[in-house]
Order: sequence, then structure tokens, then C-alpha cells
Amino acid sequence: MAICKCTGEQVESPQDVQLMELLEHYREYDGALIPVLQGAQDIYGYLPGEVLETISKELKIPFSEVFGVVTFYSQFHLKPRGRNIIRVCLGTACHVRGGSKIFEGLKEILGVDNGGTTEDLRFTLESVACIGACGLAPVIMINDDTHGRLTNDGLDKILEQYE
Amino acid sequence: MGSLKEVRSSIEEAYKKKLDRPRIIVGLGTCGMAAGGTKVMAAIETEVEKLGLDVDLDFTSCIGMCYAEPVVEMGLPGAASVVYGGVYPEDVAQLIESHMVNKTPVTDKAEIQISAGGATYEGIPVMEKSPYYEKQVRSVTSRLGRTNPERIEDYIATGGYAGLEKALTMEPQEIINQVKISGLRGRGGGGFPTGTKWQFVADAVGDKKYIVCNADEGDPGAFMDRSVLEGDPHAIMEGMMIAGYAIGANEGVIYCRAEYPLAIKRLNMAIAVAEEMGILGDNIMGTDFNFKLRIKAGAGAFVCGEETALLNSIEGKRGMPRVRPPFPAHKGLWQKPTCLNNVETFANIPFIVRNGGDWYASMGTEKSKGSKVFCLTGKINNTGLAEVPMGITLREVVFNIAGGIADGKKFKAVQSGGPSGGCLPAEQLDLPIDYDSLISGGAMMGSGGLVVMDEGTCMVDVAKFFLNFTQLESCGKCTPCREGTKRLLEILERICDGLGVPEDIDTLERLAKTIKTSALCALGQTAPNPVLTTLRYFRNEYEAHINEKRCPAGVCPELLTYAIVEDKCVGCGVCIKACPVGAITGEKKAAHTIDASKCVKCGACVPKCKFDAIVQA
Repeated sequence: MAICKCTGEQVESPQDVQLMELLEHYREYDGALIPVLQGAQDIYGYLPGEVLETISKELKIPFSEVFGVVTFYSQFHLKPRGRNIIRVCLGTACHVRGGSKIFEGLKEILGVDNGGTTEDLRFTLESVACIGACGLAPVIMINDDTHGRLTNDGLDKILEQYE
Repeated sequence: MGSLKEVRSSIEEAYKKKLDRPRIIVGLGTCGMAAGGTKVMAAIETEVEKLGLDVDLDFTSCIGMCYAEPVVEMGLPGAASVVYGGVYPEDVAQLIESHMVNKTPVTDKAEIQISAGGATYEGIPVMEKSPYYEKQVRSVTSRLGRTNPERIEDYIATGGYAGLEKALTMEPQEIINQVKISGLRGRGGGGFPTGTKWQFVADAVGDKKYIVCNADEGDPGAFMDRSVLEGDPHAIMEGMMIAGYAIGANEGVIYCRAEYPLAIKRLNMAIAVAEEMGILGDNIMGTDFNFKLRIKAGAGAFVCGEETALLNSIEGKRGMPRVRPPFPAHKGLWQKPTCLNNVETFANIPFIVRNGGDWYASMGTEKSKGSKVFCLTGKINNTGLAEVPMGITLREVVFNIAGGIADGKKFKAVQSGGPSGGCLPAEQLDLPIDYDSLISGGAMMGSGGLVVMDEGTCMVDVAKFFLNFTQLESCGKCTPCREGTKRLLEILERICDGLGVPEDIDTLERLAKTIKTSALCALGQTAPNPVLTTLRYFRNEYEAHINEKRCPAGVCPELLTYAIVEDKCVGCGVCIKACPVGAITGEKKAAHTIDASKCVKCGACVPKCKFDAIVQA
């Protein structure tokens, strides 16, 4: 819920409406917490504190437990993220084929560290353990697109495709 | 739907007709798309439309030749279809004109041809006789790259759901007996006999039982589960349904990694269409058997591949392992008896039920039956997916199927079993691949990733890489894993930085053995394996790092020194410009020198020198 600056009233954003629909869908579901958190993250792009409180209240799960789950799994995020998520694979196959050089190259181009988001919120850069496209190592994934057989020279061109 | 038999013959007929039409099929698994398959597909669509050709356009999943992606198959009625590799949008027009219009295959782009009884072309290897496939036996992978995974008709026409159909006419105990006879062992890596596990769950007392599929393939270097999930989703569902019928469960959950969005999409589609056709749901194929299936997407935690951690995660908790016993077979999901198997294990089941346990047991070795899918990656010529009979040697896999080491370099080690496995040296290349031999060699089967390393790989660095991974992924519940892997990693980092002391080797060994025997779950129990096997086979590299402050493979930056070979240097000055810290000096047209105290070992000068005058040692 957001608070309106003019009237001081609580207003429901379209995202809040979506969250309530999501909660409604999962209310009677065993093991709902993780799918709800995943859905909520899809709606907001990350998991704001108020959203976690709403989820805790609606699913009747202690806030400490909700927070414990969020911080355990690497795919949940408590801070806003970039419009495009770059996942650099640092698995074994990519490691032996120079994946870390690609990672260093991207860090330099974007000027952010592992887990960092560029100031214009265009990109978030993170490393992952394995994407499962080892045959084309080294590999990165931007959003749901996989790019393989990379060299540092081609990185600029790939990034250009994402606004 | 009453019985599948009624619709099967019409589906099979339609499928056969499809093979009698001119067709172009693009490989669109994750690997195909990563290599640019979608762009190739678009180029083909444009070209076919431009020429006004009467051709069926279709897509499939990964046929296993990842090294040849993007892969395009072209087929004409009455002739073998040709699989082209390395097809990019600019090649499309010529390929279509030659193959589809002039009926002449382009031999130099052709990888293999697949004969369906029709004529074959000269000069192109037939799939079964090509170097990559000759030693393979394809059952679990038989539909990969051959059918459209998003169409249930393709699955049914190639024998799909016939196993379930047959199972529903059998007594549940008879199915379990066949699985026992087959000798199938858990393909997730543990190697526990599947039939025995099923028997435990069938005998367990409970009003409700569950089937859970572990599709949380997290081992770096392994992607066979992803390929099967993307390429043959119905096979996993069929295996789970047969398991459900055999042990008395009517609910199943597929726990799939969220890093595999395409697999999740195709599974969702497969579940929806199977429900629509009455293959999944209530009164399956007109019997009293009911089964419902849902997908649970993981949230990013390697430890969730451990069975009890996975169950906690499905229940919405932190994915931490539970103390066993009780085992999941007795108290699993929601404390109910649960049969938990890996993707490849379930995918084997329909074949075993259809062909009988004896058929399966006729492949492989005495204690490891059947076939196993391996992922071949690293410094080899042919990366990809290969299904081989158990007992084949590492040498055959690396040098025959994978085509040997890339760039003419020398083989150094093969890493098997992911972070929990080990590195086997050249002396172990004749080791047969089966559960027990690999363990005796110090490695393990794991889920089936084989990462090949050449002489340019530093084994201490590799051990450090795996420890860094397990240390990050340790859930932290038990001390040996949480603290122990951290300490192991610290020692390895020190050695790579040139600060190792001779006692380090003993400390590493003692610590590794302690963690192995005291950790709570398989993640911690196997985490020290990379350290122990590299110490066993490559101890001299550790000693070189510690005693001589030298990295023999030239990988660890702190131990590298750069020097200019006087005779080769022409004094062009290119390296002076490349050096970011001004460590290189020298007059024009006279040999330059590198000041070791200023050099930051970035290596920027090496590729710039056209005369190979800069050496690292």
C-alpha cells in the first residue's frame, strides 16, 4: 500500500491489486510461501518490506519465517533491480573456458560489481553457478535469452540489444 | 478418453504422413537458442515464403551435438534427412536452394544423416556410424532432436504412453519387480537401486503417498536433465505416473530449477495437454487410477538437490536438509511416504515397462545396468550430450565420442560428478564408467557431468573453484560443512597466492576427511572430494605452488612472472603502450625489459606482441 502525498490516504496501486489476487489464488495451497514470493517478485520486480509484511499477515506465517526464506534463496531480492538481469555463468565448463574473463569484462563495461545495478537501472549484473548450456561455454543469460560461445569483443553488441 | 489405443493408430498415421513431406526442422533447445537458433528459424521462414516452397517448418529440442549448434535438419520424401551444423542466417538461402529445391545436400555443412528406411546420400555419415553417435545407445535420449517436445502427438506416435498403458494392466507389485530386475540405479548420482526404493515406499504405511521428481539439476557442467525436460517432458510425466500406480500414490510434484525457464514452460504445456486428453487426472485411460501433477519452481539454492532439503523447499521452508532416518520413503513430503527420483531415472521407466526389466539389464556392467546420459564439456572438440552403455571407458568417451582435446593440447584430467566428484588423471582413462569404478578411482558418477581439462588447467585452482562453490552453497545448518569448507577454501586461496606452507597439505587432508565423515548431508560429505582427488593425483602441483612458488599450468596470477625473450623482441614498442603500469621499458629497435617489481601480471602485453617475445612462467 502506498500513501498518497496529497491526501495522506492509503491508495491501492494496480500492483497491490495483483498481489491480492495472487494471495487469493494460493490461500488454500500447501507450501504457498515460495510460489507467492516468486509471484510477488514478478509483480514488483523485487520484494519491498511492506509486501513481505502483507504476505506474512495474509498467509498467517510469522514475518521472521518469511524473511528467513527470502534471505535463504538466491533468487529473492530485497532491493530494486535493473530492467535487464545479466546472469554470468561461472560453472565448471565456463570456468575452464574463460567465463571469469567475461565477468570481468562486463563489470568493467557496466561499472558495477557482482550483484550491482547500474545507476540508470538498465542492468543488474550477477554471477550464477550453472545455466546448463555448458556445451556453448562461456555463456551468459540476459533475462530469458541465453548467449553462448562468448568473447569479450562481442559483449558491447549483445548489451546494445537491451534497453 | 477411454483407451489410448483408439486414438494411437490415427496419431501414428498422421505422424508417418508428416515424414513423407518435405520438412525443415530447427533445434530450439536452450543450447540451440543460445547459439542463435531463433534467428536461423526466422531466416528460414522468410526464405521459404519468398520461394513459395511447400515445406513443413518445425522445431525440436537438442539432439546432443551442442558443438554443432545451431542445428537444422532438412528432409525430402523417400530420402534420409540431413542434419546440418553451424547454420547461421546467412547460410540459409544457399542450403534451402541446394537441398530443398535442387535436392542436393550440402556435404561440407552436413554433420550426419538420419535414414528412415529411405535412400541415403553419399559422403555424409549415417547417424549410427558417425564418430559422435557410433558408441552411443539412445533410449532416454531417443526423442531428443527427433520430435517436437511441445506436441503430445509426436510423443504418442513414437511409443509414448504405451508404457503407462501396459502398466495399468499389470499388478503394481509386478511393475516394481520389473524395475528391480532391470537393475536401474538412481541416476541423480547416488546410485541407490530404484526398485528397492519403490518397494520401501509401496510397503510404507500411510493414507497418502507422493511421487517427487528431482529436477533441480545444479551441478556445474551437467545439463542432461535440462535436455530431457526440454526435449521429452512427457517421458518424465509417464515415468512418474507409472511410479504412482506402482507404489499407490496419486499426486506428484516436479521440483524444477528456476534457472530452466524453457523446461518449466514445456512441462506446463505437457501437463495441460495430457490433462485435456485424459492421460493425466481422474480415471486415467478409463481405469480407477487417478494422478495429478504440479510443478514447483526452485528459488535458487544448490542444496535443494539434496532430497530432504528439496522436500523442505516444496513445503515452503528454507531448503535445509533433515536428519535421516526417517528416510523420505517413510516420512517425506508433509511427513507422508514419498518416492523421490531424479529426472533421468523417471525417464527410463517407460522403456523398462514396455521392453521388460531383462532388456534393460542386458546393457551395462554387472552392478551398473543400462545406459547413462553424460554431458561432455570443457576443452574437447565435441561438446554435447551422449548416452552410452554403462561400463564404457573414459578414454572412449573423451577421445572417440568427444573427439579428443581441442587446439591440439594434451589431456590432463577429467572432472566427473560436479562439485561432489573428483578429477581423474590420464592414468585412469581406461577406467570403466560405472558407479563403483568411479568411486574406487576417487571420483563419482554424480548426475553425469564430465568436464575435460587440458594442460592449461591448474588443479589447485580447480579445487579452489569447487570449494568456493560449495562454501557459498552450504546451507549453514551443520558446522563441518559451514566452517570446514570455509577453512579449506582459505588454505587453497593462500596456496594459489603463493603463501602456502608445507604443513598445508596435511591440514587439508585432515580437514577434508573430518568433513567427509561428520557433515549432515551429501553436500558436505562430498564437498572435500575435489581437494582429496587433486591431492591424490596432482600432489606435485600443490608442492610446486608451496615449495617453489610456481604454478606449473601458468594460471595463478600471483605466481606468474612475465619476461621478454631478447632474441625475439624487435623493439617495436607495442607492449610499452599496452602496459597499464609502465613496467615495460626499452629503446626503439632494441630488446625491451619488464620490471618485475612494477608488473601487475595483467597479461595485457602478451596478446599484443606479434613476435611471441613475451613469455609467462
